[in-house]
Amino acid sequence: MSRANMRHVYGWLLLMPAAILLVAFTHYPTIATIIDSFFSKGNPVRPSRFIGLDNYRLMTDDPIFWKVLANNMWFAIGTIPTSIALAIAMALMVNKALPGRSLVRMAYFTPTILPMIAVANIWLFFYTPDIGLIDQVAGLFGFSGHNWLGDPDTVLPAIIIMTIWKEAGFFMIFYLAALQQIPPELAEAARLEGASRWYYFRRVLFPLLMPTTLFVLINAVLNSFKLVDHLFVLTKGGPDNASNLLLYYIFESAFSYFDTTYAATLTVVLLGLLAFMALAQFFVLDRRVHYR
Amino acid sequence: MSAFYRSRLAGLVVSAFVVAMMLVVSTAVHAKTKLTMYYPVAVGGPLTKIVDGMVADFMAKNPDIEVDAIYAGNYNDARIKALAALKSGQPAQLSVMFSIDLYELIEQDAIVAFDDIIQTDEERAWLKSFYPTLMENGVTGGKTWGIPFQRSTIVMYYNKDAFKAAGLDPEKAPATWDELIETGKKLTKGDGSQWGLMIPSTGYPYWMFGALTMQNDQVLMNSDGNETNFGAPATVEALQFWKDLGGKHKVMPQGTIEWGTLRQNFLEGKTAIMWHSTGNLTAVKKKASFDFGVAMLPANKRRGTPTGGGNFYIFKQTSPEERTAAMKLVKFMTSPEQSAKWSMQTGYMGISQAAYDTQELMEYVKGFPYAAVARDQLQFATAELATYQTGRIRKALDDAIQAALTGAKSPEDALGEAQSTADRLLKSYR
Repeated sequence: MSRANMRHVYGWLLLMPAAILLVAFTHYPTIATIIDSFFSKGNPVRPSRFIGLDNYRLMTDDPIFWKVLANNMWFAIGTIPTSIALAIAMALMVNKALPGRSLVRMAYFTPTILPMIAVANIWLFFYTPDIGLIDQVAGLFGFSGHNWLGDPDTVLPAIIIMTIWKEAGFFMIFYLAALQQIPPELAEAARLEGASRWYYFRRVLFPLLMPTTLFVLINAVLNSFKLVDHLFVLTKGGPDNASNLLLYYIFESAFSYFDTTYAATLTVVLLGLLAFMALAQFFVLDRRVHYR
Repeated sequence: MSAFYRSRLAGLVVSAFVVAMMLVVSTAVHAKTKLTMYYPVAVGGPLTKIVDGMVADFMAKNPDIEVDAIYAGNYNDARIKALAALKSGQPAQLSVMFSIDLYELIEQDAIVAFDDIIQTDEERAWLKSFYPTLMENGVTGGKTWGIPFQRSTIVMYYNKDAFKAAGLDPEKAPATWDELIETGKKLTKGDGSQWGLMIPSTGYPYWMFGALTMQNDQVLMNSDGNETNFGAPATVEALQFWKDLGGKHKVMPQGTIEWGTLRQNFLEGKTAIMWHSTGNLTAVKKKASFDFGVAMLPANKRRGTPTGGGNFYIFKQTSPEERTAAMKLVKFMTSPEQSAKWSMQTGYMGISQAAYDTQELMEYVKGFPYAAVARDQLQFATAELATYQTGRIRKALDDAIQAALTGAKSPEDALGEAQSTADRLLKSYR
C-alpha cells in the first residue's frame, strides 16, 4: 500500500471511535425519528402503518402544540437577553480587584453546579403561596401572598426568573475568561484619551467580547429548548399548559400517552428549529462578530 | 460372570449413578423459578425497604423461588420500564403498576387475566376475598386483571387545634358541602395566614375531581373504559363548586394548589383542612406538631371518593411454572398478615376484611382509629378515572380543571371541550 493510502487508513482509524458514537447515538436516531413520524401509532392488535403527513396535520390542528411553541418562544425571549446581560455585569464586577473576589466568584457560580432538579425543588418552596420565601419577604412589606405557580399569568415568568438565576453564573465564567484575555493597555489608552467608562465598554470591550457572546448565545438558545427538568418538579406543564414547553410535551406524548409516532413528529419540529437557529447564528452572526 | 462383564457392569452402574446425580443437580437448579418484579413508590418514606423485607420473607418461605424485586420510580416510570423490558424480550413476570394502567396494558397485549391462571376453587375464593370496590379498577370485560396491593382513598385531614381556636367542635368534621363552606369560613383568617381548606389541583387533579363528582352522584366513566361523562350537568356542577370554594366563598386560595407542598402547608398550619391521599397518614402522624383528625370526605348528594394506587399484574410472556410462582408471590404479598403489616407501616389501606381482622391491625386501629377511616369510606368509593387512551384523556380533564380553577374558562366550556376530546379519542373503542 502506498504511503498516501496508509495515511488515509490511519486517519479513518483515528476518526472511528467518535464516528461510531456519533452515528449510533446521533445520526441514526435522528433519521429513525424522521421515518417514525410518517407512521401511525401501532399496538399488537393494530400494527403501525405508513400514513404520510397525517401526524403533521394532526400536529398543526393540535392547540396544545401551538401553545407550547408560543410558551417556548416567550421562555427564550425571557431568559436569553437577561441572563447574558447579567452574566456580563457579573463578570465585569468580579474581574475587578475587590475584597473577597474569589468568594464572590464562587457565589455567582454556585447555582450552576447544582442539578436542575435540586434547584427546582428549592424554588418550589420559594414560590409556595404564603409559606414560601418570596411571600414571607413580601409579607414583611405588607403584600399579601400570591399563588406564583398556580396562576397562568405568573407561572411562566416565575420559571424564567429561576432559569436566569441558574444560567447567568454559567455564562459569567465564559465572559470572565474572555475579559482576562483583553490586554489592560486598551483600558489605559482609553482613559488617557478621555473616554468614559460606558464609552469604553460600548466601543471597545463589548465588540472584543463578541465571539464569546456568540458562543454564549448559541448555548442559551439551545438551553431554552433543552432544559425542562424543572417542569417535572415545579408545574408538570400546568396550570392548563401555561408553563408547558416543547420538549416536555414530547416527553408527555411519548411516555404518558405512549404515542411514540406523534412524539417523533414533535421531535422533528424541535430538531428543525434547533438546526435552523444554529445555522443562522453560525452563518449570519459569525461574519459580524470578529472585531476588525 | 466373567471378569470382563463384571467390569462392564460396574462401569454401567457408575455411569448410571453419575447421570442420575447430574439429573438431580440439574432439576434442583431447574426447579428454582426466577421472577423479576417491578414496583413503584408514589409517596415519600422508606417504602422500598418495606417491600424488600416482604419479598425476603417470601423467599425464606419458598426456597424454590427467587424474586428480583426492582424499585422502578413512580407509577409512570414503572409502567415505562415494564413495557420497555417487554419489548426488549426480557420481560418481568409480574409487576405492581398503577391500577389505572389496566386498559393500556390490555391494549398492548401485555398482561394475562387472573381468571385464566387460577385453577382451584380455593383460588377462585381468593379472588373474591378483596374489597369489591378495590377490584373495580382491576376488572373489565368480565375478567380480573389486577389484584390490589398498595391502595388508597382520599381522606380529609384537619387541624383540631385550629378548630378549637375558631370555636368549632374538634371531634366533628364537616360532613356536607354546606358544612364545609361554613366551617371553612370560620377557619379562614382575613390576613391570609390561615385558609379553611386546600384541595390540591396539580399532579393528580382528576383524582380529587373524582371525589367531588362522586359526592355529586356522578361517575366519570363507564366500566368498559370507552365512555366519559365530563360534560354531564352534575360534573359541571362539581367543578363549579370546586371553583367557588376559592372564588365565591373564599375559603381556599384561588388558582391551582400544588400537590407536592400541600402536606407542608398543612403541617405549618397554613390550612386547617386538606384533602390528600391516605398514603400520607403515617407521615402526617409523625410530623404534626398539633392535634390532628382524619375524616371521610363530605357529602353533597352522597359521600364519595375514588380509590387509588397500585395493583399486581402478571405478564403474558410467562411460562406456566413462572405463572404458578408469580401467583404464589401475589398471594403472599396480598395475604391478610402482609397487608396488615404494610398498612401499619405506610398508611395505605388493608385490602381485605381479613387484613383488618388480624390481631395486629385490630390493635393498631384501636390505638389509632384514623387508620380505619379509609376502610370505612370504601363503601362510598368508586373506581379511579381509567379509560383507553388514558394518558391523553386524563390530561384533557386535568387541563379543563386547571383552566376552570384559574378562571381561564368557565367550568361548562372547559369540561365540554374535554368531553369532545375524549369522544374523539374513544370513538374507535366503542
